[in-house]
Amino acid sequence: MTSIAPPLLGLSAVSKRYGGVHALRGVDLEGRAGSIHAVLGENGAGKSTLMKIVAGVVRPDEGQIRIDGRPVAFASPKDAAAQGIACIFQELSLVPDLSIADNISITNPPRRFGLIDRRAQRRRAEELLARVGCEDIHPLSLVKDLPLSRRQMVEIAKALGRDPRILILDEGTSALTGGDVERIYAIVRRLRDEGVLLLYISHRMNEIRDLADRCSVFRNGAHVETFDTDARSDDEIVRMMVGRDIHTVFPPKRAEARAGAPVLEVRGLTWAERLRDVSFALHPGEIVGLGGLEGQGQRELLLALFGVLRGVEGEVLVDGVPRRISGPGQAKSTPIGMALIPEDRKTEGLMLPMSVADNVTAASLSRLRRGPFIDAEAERRSVERMVERLRIKVDDVRRPVSTLSGGNQQKVVIAKWLLNEPRIVLMNDPTRGIDVGTKQEIYQLLRDLADAGAAVLLFSTDYAELIGCCDRVLMLYEGRVVRVLEGGEIDEMNLVAGAFDLSLAAPPAAAGAADGGRAHVDGARSDAARVDARGSHV
Amino acid sequence: MSDLRLRLAQNRGLIGAILMFALLYGLYSVLHPRGGSGPLLVQNANESFALVLAAMAQTLPVLTGGLDLSVGPLMTLVNCLASQVLNGGPADLALGIALCLGAGLLGGFVNGCLVVYGRVQPIVATLASGAVFTGIALLLRPTPGGEIDKDLSFGLTYDLAELAATFGLFDDGKAPWFAPFAGLPTPVLLVVAIVVLVWLPFRASVTGRGCYAVGSSEGAAYMSGIAVDRSRLAAYMLAGLFAATAGLYLALQTGSGNADAPQAAAYTLNSIAAVVIGGTSLFGGSGGVVGSIFGALVLRAISFNFRVFDPGSWLGALADPLLQPFVEGLVLLLAVSLGAARVLRVRNRLHLFG
Repeated sequence: MTSIAPPLLGLSAVSKRYGGVHALRGVDLEGRAGSIHAVLGENGAGKSTLMKIVAGVVRPDEGQIRIDGRPVAFASPKDAAAQGIACIFQELSLVPDLSIADNISITNPPRRFGLIDRRAQRRRAEELLARVGCEDIHPLSLVKDLPLSRRQMVEIAKALGRDPRILILDEGTSALTGGDVERIYAIVRRLRDEGVLLLYISHRMNEIRDLADRCSVFRNGAHVETFDTDARSDDEIVRMMVGRDIHTVFPPKRAEARAGAPVLEVRGLTWAERLRDVSFALHPGEIVGLGGLEGQGQRELLLALFGVLRGVEGEVLVDGVPRRISGPGQAKSTPIGMALIPEDRKTEGLMLPMSVADNVTAASLSRLRRGPFIDAEAERRSVERMVERLRIKVDDVRRPVSTLSGGNQQKVVIAKWLLNEPRIVLMNDPTRGIDVGTKQEIYQLLRDLADAGAAVLLFSTDYAELIGCCDRVLMLYEGRVVRVLEGGEIDEMNLVAGAFDLSLAAPPAAAGAADGGRAHVDGARSDAARVDARGSHV
Repeated sequence: MSDLRLRLAQNRGLIGAILMFALLYGLYSVLHPRGGSGPLLVQNANESFALVLAAMAQTLPVLTGGLDLSVGPLMTLVNCLASQVLNGGPADLALGIALCLGAGLLGGFVNGCLVVYGRVQPIVATLASGAVFTGIALLLRPTPGGEIDKDLSFGLTYDLAELAATFGLFDDGKAPWFAPFAGLPTPVLLVVAIVVLVWLPFRASVTGRGCYAVGSSEGAAYMSGIAVDRSRLAAYMLAGLFAATAGLYLALQTGSGNADAPQAAAYTLNSIAAVVIGGTSLFGGSGGVVGSIFGALVLRAISFNFRVFDPGSWLGALADPLLQPFVEGLVLLLAVSLGAARVLRVRNRLHLFG
């Protein structure tokens, strides 16, 4: 900061809103040439939005981006690329039906007489693949024929081919395996020594310790602090990440411990490197949370249980009986009685152009039929009952569900499954992008369901929800259950530490030596953290 | 070695179409009393040319993940236009040809604009524009007729000897070195020329590569900074150009213009079938024009065969021409099933619907 030359990348007062949600607020950040700069934060802290703004994918509502001190504005990824910004995203940017060589040179292929010079292009691909140590990948093979880890290496080769000045890696190593990770480390270090700024998002704390020169912590869309990596301990970093604003009130948890035989038991569930040996049991009347950063296998776990994935290994027992669930049709019917509230209500939860009524009854038509026909009267009554029970705000259930607000749409998805009277309810982040009032109703509903004897498995990216709703939380990290938090252990520090697979060195708060009273300390700490946050971006 | 295997694996559709064509046309040549003779080749090539070009036209929108239902109508429109303008001196003829090809490009441009800027689904946009094209064709040529320059017509729709004789090339086609090529049907040469001069350069251009990228994964294409809109627009324009060439040829071949709507629809549907048989994915992103050429030839070869099956032979059961659509359907199903084999490898069933 004392250097005379302006930093390579500068952001000032950058804000971005999605609807009513602040994804980023007033972010100031500097990145220097020749450094590896890690960006840390909990789910929804704004890391990915920040990266997308720098890469020209998303335009900020307010604020300024500067490169070498000069203000720039990106209309598209192409503009950002022209400024020497390359990125490697979690969702890869490779075109599946084109060859590796085509992909590596996709924007600016070598040309002869105006046409793409395939031979030169192939040589270039070979060189770049050699640089990332992947001589074994044939440059003419198609991207879609490569396994995911190899695709990521191609993605990295492609980014290198652009001679970037700023390279963004958003979980750029998450799909890689041992040897490749080492090679990427070496490349990243070499690029830094050549004067490149590397912006780096990772869920692996040891990786950040190894690589990063500087770290910036984000929380609730705000920049908390930037520091030299060695200057802070793991505990201090975790503490910076906690302190989300919690305005919701949760229904009281059940007092007595879980009783009786488990309704669902999972043993050694494994699938395609995304799930590794997951085992747990789910009892009637309890709400079990799935914690961890996004993309650690939570979604796959729910899909595997619901019979959507092929080639799942391990055992699933329902009421003590081993079951092979072949798909949603079997999962929802007796004797299993499962329901899945999917992640994306617009594509997997609802048939948007169809009416509210049609959507509500979509999963239970077999209960509503008379002979081969749908019993219109029974259908009407069921829809009425669900609309009333969930307080869905709609003047006419014949309206297309697409005309409803997000919160009401989500209620329709839930109504659809409640109508089927499930005993096992799987939920994938059911309150994402929903207003606070509806969230509270959903929490109450979850508790009511559990009290009525259903078992709920809830994945949430909002740890306040896990703290407020769950009787137990399974922490997932790279497809594995790394820790189970129970009762009073479910607090912010443990959830965030678990998400990065860290064990805290000392009990968090100074007074934390005592075994009881964690819940009280919680509240106090979040307040302190919030004060911190305000202080830091003055 | 490994290169060759890769190329074979990646062009399975094309190779399948070539083999199927070789088989069917081989059978036809054996069964036909004058099988393999020059005049028969010329006749078959003439009968195939328009569909081959229509299939080439259809390939481009399909590669981008779209579909063009106006291929047949645009052909018909250009056919009617040609019957009005392909007359007079050499300069008039050159102008007429340019006008016809220009009309095709314009039609493709309109389709492209509807899809790219109007954000209309390709199937709807081209259904509507196709109806408009048919309407214009009817205005140009309310009843079949018109006149086409005889020399041009004869020169382009027979063999190379005729072409040379018509235009006074190579000592009117009697030069000794020319003899080995003299029997080659002119339409074959035209298709090869179009592939070499138009398609191969297009595929090697950044815009052409963009067409594949857009069809394969529009999101990834956009994120890679590809000019998505330009590629898609170019695909529809090139489709228009190919359709116009087909219409032009139809005019030369029949010597007249005919705004025949059912025939236009048949060309459109057959062009889609040819594209599929040729190994281009209807999801977009993979395949190519050369495969579609053979796809069209497979369809034509099937219909040729129905003319020569002898009711008394072991193929007698197939001699009934009414079975032709049935056999075409079977071949189409076979081609589609081969393309759908990927479904067996999907590990997340949700990806089957993406």
